[in-house]
Amino acid sequence: MKKDKAEKKKLSGAEILIKSLKENGIKVIFGYPGGAVLDVFNHMHDSDLEFYLTRHEQGAVHAADGYARASGKCGVCIATSGPGATNLVTGIATAQMDSIPIIAITGQVATNLIGNEAFQEVDATGISRAITKHNYLVKDVDNLAQVIDEAFYIATTGRPGPVLIDIPKDVQQHKSSITKSKGVNIPGYKPTLMGNLKQIKSAAELIEKAKRPVIYAGGGVITSDASALLRKLAEKINTPVTTTLLGLGSFPETHELSLGMLGMHGTQYANYAIMESDVIIAIGARFDDRVTGKISEFAPHAKIIHIDIDPASVGKNVRVDIPIVGDAKHILKELEKSLKAKKHTDWIKEIDAWKEKFPLIYKKKKDFVSPQYVIECVREVTKGKAIIATEVGQNQMWVAQYYKFDKPRTLLSSGGLGTMGYGFPAAIGAKVARPDMPVFDIAGDGSIQMNIQEMATAVIKNIGVKIIILNNGFLGMVRQWQELFYDKRYAATCLRTGALNPDKARKTKECPEYTPDFVKLAEAYGATGIRVSKNENVKNAIKKALEIDGPVIIDCIIDSEENVFPMVPAGASLSQMMGGMA
Amino acid sequence: MKRIISVLVENKFGVLARVSELFGSRGFNIASLSVGETLDSNLSRITMVVDGDVSIFEEIKKQLNKLINVIKVQDFTNVEHVEREMLLIKVNLSRKTRAELIEIVDIFRAKIIDVGRNSMTVEITGKDNKIQAFIELVKPFGIVEIVRTGKIAIARKKGGE
Repeated sequence: MKKDKAEKKKLSGAEILIKSLKENGIKVIFGYPGGAVLDVFNHMHDSDLEFYLTRHEQGAVHAADGYARASGKCGVCIATSGPGATNLVTGIATAQMDSIPIIAITGQVATNLIGNEAFQEVDATGISRAITKHNYLVKDVDNLAQVIDEAFYIATTGRPGPVLIDIPKDVQQHKSSITKSKGVNIPGYKPTLMGNLKQIKSAAELIEKAKRPVIYAGGGVITSDASALLRKLAEKINTPVTTTLLGLGSFPETHELSLGMLGMHGTQYANYAIMESDVIIAIGARFDDRVTGKISEFAPHAKIIHIDIDPASVGKNVRVDIPIVGDAKHILKELEKSLKAKKHTDWIKEIDAWKEKFPLIYKKKKDFVSPQYVIECVREVTKGKAIIATEVGQNQMWVAQYYKFDKPRTLLSSGGLGTMGYGFPAAIGAKVARPDMPVFDIAGDGSIQMNIQEMATAVIKNIGVKIIILNNGFLGMVRQWQELFYDKRYAATCLRTGALNPDKARKTKECPEYTPDFVKLAEAYGATGIRVSKNENVKNAIKKALEIDGPVIIDCIIDSEENVFPMVPAGASLSQMMGGMA
Repeated sequence: MKRIISVLVENKFGVLARVSELFGSRGFNIASLSVGETLDSNLSRITMVVDGDVSIFEEIKKQLNKLINVIKVQDFTNVEHVEREMLLIKVNLSRKTRAELIEIVDIFRAKIIDVGRNSMTVEITGKDNKIQAFIELVKPFGIVEIVRTGKIAIARKKGGE
């Protein structure tokens, strides 16, 4: 009798997984079933978890990522073994590069088959080792509860990142009486949160003496929920703020101290300010090559204070004078306390002159929709109260330049990995996390097709993401590089001909008007499609899309030769910006 | 430049792969490697001799520290330490050469651990140069096979760094 009772208290691996996910606060899962995760789905069948069936595993992992970025919580996705696991790879790498907390659960073939080249077997932990913060292969059901709690702890603390848990089919079926972890204590993982006070003091002394300081803020400020503190600090010491792509929204771009984004497609005044600065306060940013330009010529007069939670990020790309390892929130609080209010009137005046002389501007086109104008319209119609996901390329950079982000967690963009196809599924995840907010995906006609299948997910669950396609019939950013640096030889970037030599191809073959016709495509999925080919119709289209309950595609026909300016050519110094006018 | 690095890790499957991958993916060759349990059986120590650029090496050390299963990274480059490796060497043997070989083994304070009719196996521990000198001396007798452990090292002072 007694034994029976003990037996009854045992739970299967699948049950432990679902119980542990719930105990970690998870209510939403994105995923795709398959043979090696059937047991988990079998138990989800009767659970109250909100499940979103995507049409591709990559859609699931990006959706979990978008959910995490929009909400600040951990995203969870699930896929089967083999191709299910490999289809997650791009999404996991995307999250790793941008420090986004997600848990990816993969099924695995039964433990006795591992290494046998069994059906749908891949070494998921081996493949994902270099693109996860950590990963686990659970070979004993007794360890499962512990592993899940550790995974959540690792994913969400320190510099966040993706954690993959690979669970063989038999482990999902085996029963265990250990259904709870014994608390998380990982001897090799103790993130530093509080910054070293002596270093903070040195930083304060340096800032006191600065005449031309600049704050360079990255995604870490958003991760740390330190936006309010950043603003307080910047205002107190009267210091202009430039942000990275992922840092957009950490400081209001409508603020007079805002310089917008810096780097390759940043504003000229942000780049000039950096190049002329004497002290750079870097917060939660990693001096990526797209930000610094030619590293040996980066900010030649500046002493650098680098605040980051990841010690491996500090001093990796640039020489750092004062490193401070810890959580931006704690450090900014301390730093702000130890600084006196300041005014940098001359420096701000100099920057304002640059702002006047080199503004972000574009000419509105007559026969096409101007992409920059579209972005401004989205901002105007929504009054900035929206979440904007982007794909990668020109669409992404126009958003970064022309949408003035005022709030953290309102931009979702694959910054580090530059994953085309990220935006749409991420927007779906964001809309699930924040149903109260309008969510847009600003896309190109190239990148939207990399995960267009998620239209089915959005239609079925009535997830009202509004997709705006800036349709130029080209892989626009690559074409721009070919125009500027490869003698206008548009090899394989024309989406209408698909040819290595589009000019030659057009002579022999008539191109279809649209490939595909996105309005018809939207309708085929049961969504709404709107085509816009003139600037005067943009605003109304956006308003109409917002009135429609459900996903909408707005297909904006733009000039194929439209470029993103200003631009620092790859490998050049930030002071060598090309073209003020787009 | 060859460097010795010692990594204290959790004694779990897959950890060695995580550690060695950091070197491999950055084009570092691992010249020698030895892994063993420590006093605490939950922990293992990986001692490696690696060769490569200093700045990349510093970067790898940071990345090693970032690995969840790594507890401590010790770089012996500028630390006073003692190091040892062990060699098992099988050498051809004949009646004529026997005495001379035994004499060399004695001088090097090596140890004969197996003797057959035509060959003899010697165990020798020490630093690189001692082992290398021994190999050179016995080469003329005809070396059948060599097996070498990875190098291990320990700091002279308590606490290491």
